[in-house]
Amino acid sequence: MSGIEQNNTGGTPMTMIQALRSAMDVMLERDDNVVVFGQDVGYFGGVFRCTDGLQTKYGKQRVFDAPISENGIAGAAIGMAAYGLRPVAEIQFADYIYPAYDQIVSEAARMRYRSGGSFTSSLVFRTPCGGGIYGGQTHSQSPEAIFAHATGLRTVMPSNPYDAKGLLIASIENDDPVIFLEPKRLYNGPFDGHHDRPVTAWSKYPNNRVPEGYYNVPLDKAAIAREGKALTIITYGTTVWVAKAAAEDAGIDAEVIDLRSLWPLDLDAIVNSVKKTGRCIVLHEATRTCGFGAELVALVQEHCFYHLQAPVERVTGWDTPYPHAQEWDYFPGPSRVIDAMQRVLED
Amino acid sequence: MSSPQIPATSEPLHLHVPEPSARPGQATDFSYLKLSPAGAVDKPPVDVSASQTAPLTGQLIRVLDDNGDAVGPWAADIDDAVLLRAMHAMLKTRAYDARMLIAQRQKKTSFYIQCLGEEAIAVGQTLALRDDDMQFPTYRQQGILVTKEVSLVDMICQVLSNAADPLKGRQLPIMYSYKDYGFFSISGNLTTQYIQAVGWAMASAIKGDTRIATAWVGDGATAEGDFHAALTFAHVYRAPVVLNVVNNQWAISTFQAIAGGENTTFAARGVGYGIPSLRVDGNDLLAVYAASRWAAERARSNLGPTLIEWVTYRAGPHSTSDDPSKYRPADDAQHFPLGDPIDRLKQHLIKRGLWSEQQHDEVRTELDAEVLRALKEAETHGLLGSDNRPGAALMFEDVYKDMPEHLRRQRQQLGV
Ligand SMILES: Cc1ncc(C[n+]2csc(CCOP(=O)(O)OP(=O)(O)O)c2C)c(N)n1
Repeated sequence: MSGIEQNNTGGTPMTMIQALRSAMDVMLERDDNVVVFGQDVGYFGGVFRCTDGLQTKYGKQRVFDAPISENGIAGAAIGMAAYGLRPVAEIQFADYIYPAYDQIVSEAARMRYRSGGSFTSSLVFRTPCGGGIYGGQTHSQSPEAIFAHATGLRTVMPSNPYDAKGLLIASIENDDPVIFLEPKRLYNGPFDGHHDRPVTAWSKYPNNRVPEGYYNVPLDKAAIAREGKALTIITYGTTVWVAKAAAEDAGIDAEVIDLRSLWPLDLDAIVNSVKKTGRCIVLHEATRTCGFGAELVALVQEHCFYHLQAPVERVTGWDTPYPHAQEWDYFPGPSRVIDAMQRVLED
Repeated sequence: MSSPQIPATSEPLHLHVPEPSARPGQATDFSYLKLSPAGAVDKPPVDVSASQTAPLTGQLIRVLDDNGDAVGPWAADIDDAVLLRAMHAMLKTRAYDARMLIAQRQKKTSFYIQCLGEEAIAVGQTLALRDDDMQFPTYRQQGILVTKEVSLVDMICQVLSNAADPLKGRQLPIMYSYKDYGFFSISGNLTTQYIQAVGWAMASAIKGDTRIATAWVGDGATAEGDFHAALTFAHVYRAPVVLNVVNNQWAISTFQAIAGGENTTFAARGVGYGIPSLRVDGNDLLAVYAASRWAAERARSNLGPTLIEWVTYRAGPHSTSDDPSKYRPADDAQHFPLGDPIDRLKQHLIKRGLWSEQQHDEVRTELDAEVLRALKEAETHGLLGSDNRPGAALMFEDVYKDMPEHLRRQRQQLGV
């Protein structure tokens, strides 16, 4: 059961934006070492409003604007973490995280290792990712594979407000560096890939309640977003909703695993499900070749080989830059998932 | 149609690629350094504005003159004890480097980097700081550790990657990390630590602490983007940090002009960012100490960052993997107009009656013996490639705080 379905009573209705803001609010309150900064994060409250009101509440020493310098933001955060703070730094779009890549991969990810454990990088880089918003090439990317590939990092991506808050709190508390990818298509409501239908707001969605105070959703634990017996879909972020919609649309009893933590991941959840169903699809928005799906396929092959009744399929973004006009030809929507399910079930 | 003022034809463009004035077999023209006489440069108040320091960035702060006398406004009072400590630390750093170089040639380790000729900078600045300040060094500031009297045995164990290596064999030799001594973990990736130092200093300010940070970079590595980020952040947040640029004229084989040093100075860059900046004789221990103290006082008084360009010369090869005779005159260091930092301090100390040639030789001999003893002791814990090395299981630790399942499996696969 995903967190959101376990917790549909109590709590307060929140969008993912409000849930993320609430997580930072809770942690700023609980831990004096937590600081929040990034471009437009302070006075203005973030271009997506995720830090709205936090500077007023906690002051400019705790929540502040940063220059437009992703390597600077990342490097400064690493220095702060070396001092003993717990920075939560925002990169405005995941598409703009590359200038910080050296700092994240060469520095944050290896700090504990290279210093024999004496210096650490307990920090979080929050960044909005993913497409489905007509964001074109530089407001749509899903760069999770390049972080999952970097040893020493944790890569996390929530799919709903409850998990977003709980996972962000867990990430801030965690002593390892965390890349916290936020699917911006889910900020205001769930999105199942049916772009031609009216959008649902999180407020219209029955399971949107989020506790006001402190709680966490453990890292390295997947959630079963939909139980099923026919096949397993391993996915995360926006495509969790796509997978569920595809299963409903096609009337196929798919089990949908929402990984939540991409790496390190919950291998047991994957193995248990695929051993049960014998068929598997991995689904993500990111481009295919050397995408994170390749690692998922390899793990399934290694651990479930004798249980597999069909080749493992990948439904992903095409190996192209993220286009603008062709958004819905690119985005792996429900019809592509249904086609893949039918192929996997035929074998 | 172009405007009639613009000539229809012109000379073809050509790309300017800077060159040093001399290559092997020739003699360097050091006039590009634009030296000032000792004592000639003003000492501004610590609350000076960046623009007021602009004239200083084209000059050179020097205290010791050619006779070894301390002159001018930067000739601040320095305790005799500090000067003697500086001499001791510089000699020990040089002895350490010389011995490690031999150890590398004897294949006891794979790699080493000396700081020959640059000893005064790290030593002098360290003596001007508090023990609990945090320095973010490059691989060429071993003088910090020596000044702080970190165990040589411990340092050598790191260089030898042996069973007693504090970094458990994971790091290339000389990439030390000594948190308890205010020495930040060295990274192979140039300039990354420069902006990290600024972040550390920001953290100290956020917490209302009184500690400051120092950042270190070479002339070549100022060209990295992180240098720009560091200066921007340091200025924006008035971070309590000393931004050191060690201009030793060379980045491996590239002359400092290729890093952007032609017809300008690295100190001049700081002013453009709004940071008070100084250009200082890096081979003059008294100038290093005075300028470092000035910058540290600025930082500790909430006056923000200072950039200091230290003008010095990389007298040795870049590393044990480098042969400078392939790209610069073999005798270049002997002609460098700022001389040798140890010789210059020695002359001054002798003049002050604090030192003698005989003492100098005795201390040097003692220090050589001390370093050799430390090496012998370190060798009892093994050499690179010996059986006495950090266990393979250590390879999987500290990647994360707690070892995740996949690393546990990989460790088991290796059978350790
Ligand atoms: C990002 C990066 N690029 C290239 C290198 C290879 N490299 C190591 S040292 C060095 C020269 C650095 O020169 P400088 O900054 O002047 O410092 P110095 O060695 O003279 O002290 C280079 C190019 C590196 N370590 N990191």
